[in-house]
Parts: sequence; C-alpha cells; structure tokens
Amino acid sequence: MTAIDDRAAAAPHRGQSLRRKEDPRLITGRASYTDDLNITGQLHAAIVRSPEAHAKIVSIDTSAALERDDVVAVYTGEDMADLLGPLPMAWVPPGVDVQNPPHWPLARGTVKHVGDPVAIVLSEDRGAAIDGAEDVFVEYEPLPVCMDIETALEDGAALTHPEIGTNKCHEWSLGGGDIEAGFAAADVIVERRVVNHRVSGAPIEPRGVLADYRAGALTLHTSTQVPHFVRLFAALILGINEEKIRVIAPEVGGGFGAKLQVTGEEMLCSWASRKSGRPVKWIETRSEHMAVCHHGRDQVATVRLGATKDGRLTAIHSKILADMGAYLMLLTPAVPSLGAFVMSGVYDIPAVQTDITTVFTNKCATDAIRGAGRPEATHMIEVCMDQLADELGMDRLELRRKNFIPKDDFPHETALGIVYDSGNYEGALDLLMEKLDLPALEAEKAELAAKGIRRGIGYSTYTEICGLAPSRITGPEGFGLQTGLWESAIVRVTVTGNVVVYTGTSPHGQGHETTMAQIVADKLGVDPAQVEIMHGDTGTGAMGLGTYGSRTTAVGTEAVARAADKVVEKARSIVSHLLEAAPEDIEVHDGKFSVKGSPDKGLALAEVSGVAHVQPEKMPQGMEPGLEETSFYDPENFVFPFGAHACIVDVEEDTGKVKVVRYVAIDDCGPAINPMVIDGQVHGGIAQAIGQALYEHVMYDDTGQLVTGTFVDYALPTAAELPSFETDRTETPSPVNSLGVKGIGEAGTIAATPAVVNAVIDALKPLGVTYMNMPLGPEAVWTAIQEAGQ
Amino acid sequence: MSTTVPVQVTVNGQARNVQVEPRQLLVHLLRDQLGLTGTHVGCDTSNCGACTVHVDGQSCKSCTVLAVQVDGAEITTIEGLGQEGNLHPLQEAFWNNHGLQCGYCTPGMIMAAADLLQRNPDPSEDEVRHGLEGNLCRCTGYHNIVKSVLDAAGKLNVTQVGA
Ligand code: FES
Ligand code: FES
Repeated sequence: MTAIDDRAAAAPHRGQSLRRKEDPRLITGRASYTDDLNITGQLHAAIVRSPEAHAKIVSIDTSAALERDDVVAVYTGEDMADLLGPLPMAWVPPGVDVQNPPHWPLARGTVKHVGDPVAIVLSEDRGAAIDGAEDVFVEYEPLPVCMDIETALEDGAALTHPEIGTNKCHEWSLGGGDIEAGFAAADVIVERRVVNHRVSGAPIEPRGVLADYRAGALTLHTSTQVPHFVRLFAALILGINEEKIRVIAPEVGGGFGAKLQVTGEEMLCSWASRKSGRPVKWIETRSEHMAVCHHGRDQVATVRLGATKDGRLTAIHSKILADMGAYLMLLTPAVPSLGAFVMSGVYDIPAVQTDITTVFTNKCATDAIRGAGRPEATHMIEVCMDQLADELGMDRLELRRKNFIPKDDFPHETALGIVYDSGNYEGALDLLMEKLDLPALEAEKAELAAKGIRRGIGYSTYTEICGLAPSRITGPEGFGLQTGLWESAIVRVTVTGNVVVYTGTSPHGQGHETTMAQIVADKLGVDPAQVEIMHGDTGTGAMGLGTYGSRTTAVGTEAVARAADKVVEKARSIVSHLLEAAPEDIEVHDGKFSVKGSPDKGLALAEVSGVAHVQPEKMPQGMEPGLEETSFYDPENFVFPFGAHACIVDVEEDTGKVKVVRYVAIDDCGPAINPMVIDGQVHGGIAQAIGQALYEHVMYDDTGQLVTGTFVDYALPTAAELPSFETDRTETPSPVNSLGVKGIGEAGTIAATPAVVNAVIDALKPLGVTYMNMPLGPEAVWTAIQEAGQ
Repeated sequence: MSTTVPVQVTVNGQARNVQVEPRQLLVHLLRDQLGLTGTHVGCDTSNCGACTVHVDGQSCKSCTVLAVQVDGAEITTIEGLGQEGNLHPLQEAFWNNHGLQCGYCTPGMIMAAADLLQRNPDPSEDEVRHGLEGNLCRCTGYHNIVKSVLDAAGKLNVTQVGA
C-alpha cells in the first residue's frame, strides 16, 4: 500500500467534498426556522420603537391600544422593575475603566437611538399586534444628539449619556517593541486616515424569538448563534434557575455576528411570557433589523507605517476611534481590540502599537460582525502597505515578500507577544501569482483605457486570529472576557452502531453537521450518513459557547474529535478483550476494529456497540456499559489562518462605477475536511467584503435618523454585481489542535476589503488619484477622479 | 377581527378554499394559513426574494401580492416543486454544488431559477446572474448558486433532448 492509500483507508472521508447532510430539509422547504414554529396559545408581539435619536420620554399612553379588542396586553419599561439587571456586556479588561450605562429591554426614561424599544404590545394576531403598536402614543422631549465620533470628545459636544459627563467609553492600548525607536529608524513614514464604515450583518433571516414560560420553566426558541450564553443571561436577568431554562436555536438563517448577541427582545419576550402566562412570539421585520440589530465596524483610524528606504518595516502605529453606538452590548467595546492582536499582519515588524478610544453616539450599538476587529486591522495594514510601496517607489509585492515572516520561523512570536502557530505566506502568494496571469491582465490595460475604462489590480496578504480561544489569554484575568471559551462534545454510539454527536457549538449554515460527521466517521470506521450532529439546544447534552469567531472547527470539532478518540479507546479495549489481542494492536481499518496485520479478524462498530449495550457482561471486567464519551477542550493557543487575495476591477472613468471583474483567493486553513464547504465560506466572505467596499453603508443623518432602513437603501450585492470567484488552497497544518485545522468562516471578509480598495486606487493612479476610503460607490469614485484632475 | 373574504386557489395541485383578510399578503396565506413554511420572509420592501413562488407558472414575490389577488390562480411553492426522493433537478443541483449554506434564501432562489430556466433553458452565466438579481443571498456569494443553476440547466436540457 502506498502512503496515500494508507491515509485514505485511515481517513476515507476527510478531505472529500461530500455534499451536505443538512441540505435535504433545506432544499425542500422542510426546515424549521423560528418563524416556522408556533405554540398553542401563543401571543404575537409588536414592539413600539423610538422615532427619536435622543429624547426624554415624557409620557406613554397605552389606553387606545388596550381598548382594542384584539390587544391582550401592553407593557412598558416601568412594568419591568422586577428584572435583576440590565442587558449584559461581557468584557471587563483588568485595570481598564469601561463606562457601561445600563441598557434595558425596554427604555427607562430616555431613548438613545432611533429604534430604541419603548413598549411591547401583545395580541392574538400578528397584524393586530402591529395595529396595536400604532395606537401607543409616546410623548418625547427631544434632546441634543451626538452623531460624529471625530467631534464627540470635543468640549461642548452633545452627550449621549449626560450622566457620565463624557462621550468617551474607554481607552485601551496594546503594544510591543520600542515604537519610538521603530519610527526613528524609519526613512519613510506614511500616515493615512483609514475609515472602516458602519455595516449591517443582514442575515437574510431576520431575528426571531418564541418564548414559552410555564410552571417555573422557560423554553426559548431564538434565532441565535449562542444559545448557551442566552440561557446563562436569561437566568441572571430574569431570575430563573439556569437548569429551568432551555434555549433552542432552531434552523438559523445566517448570523454573521448579528446573532452573536444576548438581545433585549429575547429577555423581553421571555419576561412577557412569564407576565402574561402565554407563549410570546416576536419576529423581527427587516426594517427593525436595520435599525436595532447591532451594526459592525465604524472605526476611524490614523495609521502610521514606517520603513527603511530599502523597504524593511520598522514600526506600525494605529490610533483608532471606534463608534460604540448608544449602548454596550455583549462584546461591543472589545471588538476593536481583537484587531490589535494582529496589527502587524503577516509581517515581521519590530514595534507595534494600537491605541483605541471608544465613543458613545446616538446610534444603534455596534458589536461583532463577521471578522470583528480583524477586517478593520487588515484593512489598515494592507491599504497602508500599498501606500508605503508607492512612497518608496517599490513594487508592492516585493515590499510584502521582503517583510513576510519566513515560513521556517514558526511558531512565531510577534512584537506583541502573540504566537502565530504556523504559516507559509510566500507559498500562498506564489500560488496566487500562478493563478493570476498578471501579464495578460496588464496587457489589456491600455486597450481598456482607450475606452475610458481603468483597470486596477489590488492585493491583500493577510493572517487573522481565530479559533476563540485559549481561556487563559481571553478570560477574566487575561483579555477580560467574563467566560472561558472552551467547547465540549458528547459522542454516543447507539445500540445499532450509529453515532449521535452533541456539540456545544451552534452552526447556522457552515455545514458542521457534515464536516463533524466526516471526522467522526473516519475515527469510528462508519459512514458519515450514520453520524448525526445535534447542536443549538441547551437541553440536549453538550455545553458550549456557540458559533462565532471562526471557532467551531478549530475548537468545537476538535472537542468532537477528542470525544470520538475516547470512544475509540474504549472500543479498542472491548475488542482486544474479545479477540484476546493487546489493545495497542487494535486499529480502525476499513470500517472495522481489527488486529494489526490480520484485517479480516475484527469487529464493526455495530458489533462492539452490541456488546457494550446488549451483553455488557462480555466487556472487560469492571468496565462500565455503553459506548459514549464526553470531552471538554480549551485550546492552548489561537489559530492563525492566512492567505493571499487579488482583486481585479474595471472602473468607468465617466461614471465612477467599479466592477469587480476577477477575484482570486488563496486561503490556508490547514488540511481541509471538506474543500467544497471551505470554498463556500470563502465565497460568502469575499462577497460580504466586496459589499462593504463598494455598496453597503449604514448611514444616519445629522439628526440621528437612519437613512438606510431597508434593503432599498442598504445595498447588499446581488448576483449581477459579482463575478465567480477563483479559489484555491495551500494546507499548512496548525500544531495547536490534533486535526491541524484553522477557521475559515471570516477569512474572506477579513482579507477582501483592502484587495478591492487597493485595486480601485491602482486603477485610478494614472488619473492622479492616490488614496481613497471605502465605500467606493460611483459618486465617491467620480468625485475623486474630478478632484485629482483639477 | 376584521371582515374576511373567500379565496379559492390551487396550491401545489390541491384546491383550497380559504377566508382571508383583505390586507393579507399571499406569503402569509401560504405560511400561516396553509402551513407551507418553506416560503420565507426576509424583508419588507420586496427586495430579497426569499418569498418567491410561482403564480400561474410565473415566479412572483409572494410578499408583493395580496392573497385576494390570487383568487382562481394556481400556485406552486418549494414544497410542490419536488420532495425528498423525487427532487427537482434544481434542488438536486443546489445540493450537489453546495448552492446553499443557511438555506433561508434557497426556496426563493430555486423557485426564481426554475422560472428563469423555463424562459431561458440554456442561459449564460451572465444571464443567470441577471436573472437572479431579485433574490438576495448573504451566505454563498452566489458563486455556487450560479453554478447550481447552470448545472441544472445542462441536466434539464439533456433530459429534454433525450425525451
Ligand atoms: S420577503 Fe423579501 S421580497 Fe418578499
Ligand atoms: S444560503 Fe443563507 S442566505 Fe442564501
């Protein structure tokens, strides 16, 4: 047998693009999302929301609503005095003062942004609940609004929370190396103002909640990425014992961070169910989603990047102003700091410094949206690398290659003391250039320019930090998250020899029912069709922390693998006992637990399980019956996926319209489990980043009114705007986990915005445009062209 | 309760007589009254296409039509297009090509694509992209959706030629 045959026999399903186990229910319309669920006796909720960005609530008149036959109840913030605390924020960095004004499910006394909830109306019928909400009359006394982070800290600025006396939320710094010496050693320093504007996660399924409190117990169906967090905080806020709460994430129609939250609506509907004695259902409208589901990004940074004249990087300093919006939600103030961990990117930079100031404004809260801090950091670095190359008169890829951390220098400790697990940045860039066919692209440039079309090519070489996370680094005494970030899994072999896996993660489109099954099937010598993955339910087994931060494969699947390994160990003991062979001589081969060297002599998992469940007396003496194991896994380190992306754009000179004509992505997330699924994650990430770079922008006017309140004004890219993507992979194993894997869910979003922006700037250089900030809509691009031509 | 009016429709081949509020949208008739929850709601401005069904053989955003307007019409939803064991070639192609992730846009996307292929059985990539412009997907970046539709078109054509 060759080595490849051996590997295929040992792991026949890993690395295969198996079609997904979750798809049959989804393609036939038979999946159950939250809005597809109903409980007998349920009431429908509609939420009365503030039209004002900042105002005192003078009075709330619910009488007209209550007079309606079909309205059952109306509650306001005053009715909710029995809550044990406000909505949670889970980041308490040691020694750092973070202002955290209370944030209630229904406003108490004042409203702080458009969409702030003021009252809830319950009715037998969804339409009637909305009618009832229109009959709740709220008198507001408008207060001055703070809308601009760059002036929010000036004297005399309107205060979002007057009681704090400032709009500043907190300051936080992370640095390593001698930053002053670094810049002193530089021959060239570029400084740019880098804007990463506000975006919406906008999963196509809006959020939804169906809460059912009865006989002292709460069952909460919610479209969430984090059912276990929701349970914990529901217990703390509502004063219900944790074991009496079951949180279920049914089919979840996308998250992108928007559903990594403990929301006011979850607490409100649960509370209202307890209060009214009826199940309560609330389904978010898209307009509500745009106004009140947390947004992402919204940072303005001043980035300085220094290098010697031969292109050696000496220092990077990034001063970030981040918009928190009106309240801190689960991770709001921690998001910008996540980027600080990788502020030196794929480069060996001796001095790195990030200084973050966070600011309150009268806007919806920001929080984690796909990438959370790392897209912003990567954008700062990669855009400034191009700017520096121009300043140095050096080829931008040569500058990058010159400063890459070399592949034989891993694990690599950065100036910040962060240890990158593994990498081969040249390898990824080499493969990218192979795919790109640069000469052909360049050759078309002149021809296109004659037609008024400017072609540009942009690059991004990136790494990111994911697989959240080693608890010792991210936890209370480290970074300050008030939780460990481990995962757990239970692997249970049924009597008939099939497998049920319980994971504490909560996937919502990423395909883990398939990829986890591939891993388990290989370990136990069964077919993935025989392995069922149960997730998203606090009532059915494994504890966990949920799905976000590209953690589910690197942490959750590793926990599953470890539990499966324990099952294998037990099965080997049983088989060795039955076959009278040494346990170390039993291997899983071709679907059987067999004795090394005599593959015919062996037992299939079903036979082993039969013994463990039906005839436990045949097991080794003293061994417990059953074939089921649990594993808790807390990673030793983060994992650091990486890659090299190129974007090719054509820009119409006359209109400023940008068209992405090709996008080539090389990503490395370790040895693939299911290449098709990886590609899918990359595609979606790139599309979301192209959306941000070119089309998407959550905008408020000066009075705090939301301008982009629907999909009419907030432009998600459609199929017509995007090209097909060209993807490939290199595979550099991570030493952190036994599977060698890294996360891939956010990579596209992290890598792609600078590739797009660099491409547009490259296209416009012949016209005199040297720098631009996102979003690069036609008007912005056209204006830049006109201004450069003057 | 407001007054209701009778509506007679054929849904997935079955005649149904229902009473609806005059303001009721087709999507809510399908989901709430007929229990066909495969048709989804993703927006309130007729942008996302998650609610796409066929009305008299043509694709239609069911959040944009009042239930009373479909009196006498024939409606097909994702549940009527094909079922497990008897999948429509588009459903099969979406499965084979990873044309979906969270699945929320998928029923609408498949119904829109089915209509597109009826009108244009052999579309180019560009025609597929423009043909699906009214349907938003946040997960797939459309890459594998387009691939799925082209794959299904090829298979449908082979079937037709062979028939
Ligand atoms: S629900 Fe979005 S178009 Fe119909
Ligand atoms: S698959 Fe999730 S929105 Fe399309």
